[in-house]
Amino acid sequence: MTDTVCVIIGASHAGVNCAFALRKEGWQGQIILYDADPELPYHRPPLSKTYLTNTEGAQKNLLKSEESYERSEIQLNLGIEVTSIDSGERKIALSDGKVQAYDKLILATGARPLIPPITGLDNAKNIFPLRTMADVEGIRKALGESPKKNVVIIGGGYIGLEIAASLNKLGATVTVLEREERILARVTVSEMSEFFHSLHQKKGVDILTKKNVTAVETNTGHTIICDDGSAYFADIIIIGVGIRVNTEIAEKAGLVTENGIKVDAMAKTSNEDIYAIGDCTFHHNPHYDRFVRLESVQNAVDQAKVAAAAICGKEVIYDSIPWFWSDQYDVKLQIVGLSEGHDNSIIRKEEKEQPCFSIWYFSGDRLLSVDAINSAKAFVLGTKFIKTGQLINKSNLADTSVELKPAHLMI
Amino acid sequence: MAKITFITSDHQTIELEGDSGSVMELAVEHNVNGIDGDCGGVCSCATCHVHVRPEDMEKTGAASEIETDMLELDDNADAYSRLSCQIVISDAIDGVILTVAK
Repeated sequence: MTDTVCVIIGASHAGVNCAFALRKEGWQGQIILYDADPELPYHRPPLSKTYLTNTEGAQKNLLKSEESYERSEIQLNLGIEVTSIDSGERKIALSDGKVQAYDKLILATGARPLIPPITGLDNAKNIFPLRTMADVEGIRKALGESPKKNVVIIGGGYIGLEIAASLNKLGATVTVLEREERILARVTVSEMSEFFHSLHQKKGVDILTKKNVTAVETNTGHTIICDDGSAYFADIIIIGVGIRVNTEIAEKAGLVTENGIKVDAMAKTSNEDIYAIGDCTFHHNPHYDRFVRLESVQNAVDQAKVAAAAICGKEVIYDSIPWFWSDQYDVKLQIVGLSEGHDNSIIRKEEKEQPCFSIWYFSGDRLLSVDAINSAKAFVLGTKFIKTGQLINKSNLADTSVELKPAHLMI
Repeated sequence: MAKITFITSDHQTIELEGDSGSVMELAVEHNVNGIDGDCGGVCSCATCHVHVRPEDMEKTGAASEIETDMLELDDNADAYSRLSCQIVISDAIDGVILTVAK
């Protein structure tokens, strides 16, 4: 062990994977992880899905066992917030009053839930975002204590819809209030929005669109008031309207930030000794030739590995194709690529008992992205075609009598 | 209780015992090199790929449809490939030997 120190701020998917990747790449010095969350680092995606519905999941949900950190000599400092960075002196200040010096610093600060400026939201009880294990415990406890189990979810994005499906399974009466004209408006086309809308309605979740919540009044429960004059009653309110990126300490340290902390292809910030990875970064994606900020496990893990390799002196660039997933009821949505900027799309609907279809997004003839519902085949094929840039035979793609196979799609 | 043996790509042989959960979870808990389980075990990432010995296929069973499709992401997948998050630990798989995919 040498006396060089690599400090990582944030111990979620990006930070933890980076710590282990540093060891794998041969980093000989100390590795010190900090996170304000007191829990042993855990998987976040299951929080709104299986972890919410299954009470025995805590141990299974860990990113790594406690022993793994010890074995890899990774120091975990949990429940401690990093309050500032002194990039000149190369040290950080901590919430417990201490100071830690670093040789290399990695920012894996992630994001926090956005709490919208709704009157009455601030001091009311039983209002939760969902980002941490503590949020899930809070929701579970509130649900257990609520005789009526009336839940209103503000926001019809993926997180809101996943929570709706999970709470529906737990016996709650769930209403989703979405401000836009359709759910998932920001992230997908109307066909996909309609599919999820009707899926939830069939399961008994009430989805209401064009509902702009302006106030919450709290007496024995909550009354949620919208700007069209409508009002809804709930014992529990869940907020799922998006996130704010945690860039504050980076900004104060003078790092370049735009829509996130700006990094180069090796995940390095504007400071030679500071890297940034995961949800908090604004980085260039070579496949789409533009800067993006992504909220995903894939981005967190892959960027973590690139930063670790770069810090250990390897020539690497971050050029992953983004992918995402969402599980709601027995429906699996898998997304590969970024659909933004598409000018045409093809929907392929397989004839099966279960819903099984995929939406292929193109810019001209170039495939940008695929949304696959219960169709891992479409997800995998989409991944391969985006990777190679190979053009696709669109008429075969649209024709479900032609089997979905690489050979059938090639031109 | 089932004994499960992992052979990693750096030729380590790791013998573990488990009685519940998935093979991926057992491997991650014990830091088996090459099994990442990035998605947490929901068959979404294909980072827990193992090759089952042909004679053990009866014990583990074959991959499901979605699993087979996801395995296509890996050019090294073959007829004995499984995603270890989809193999449930029970007495039925006692003694299996799994080679972690490269």
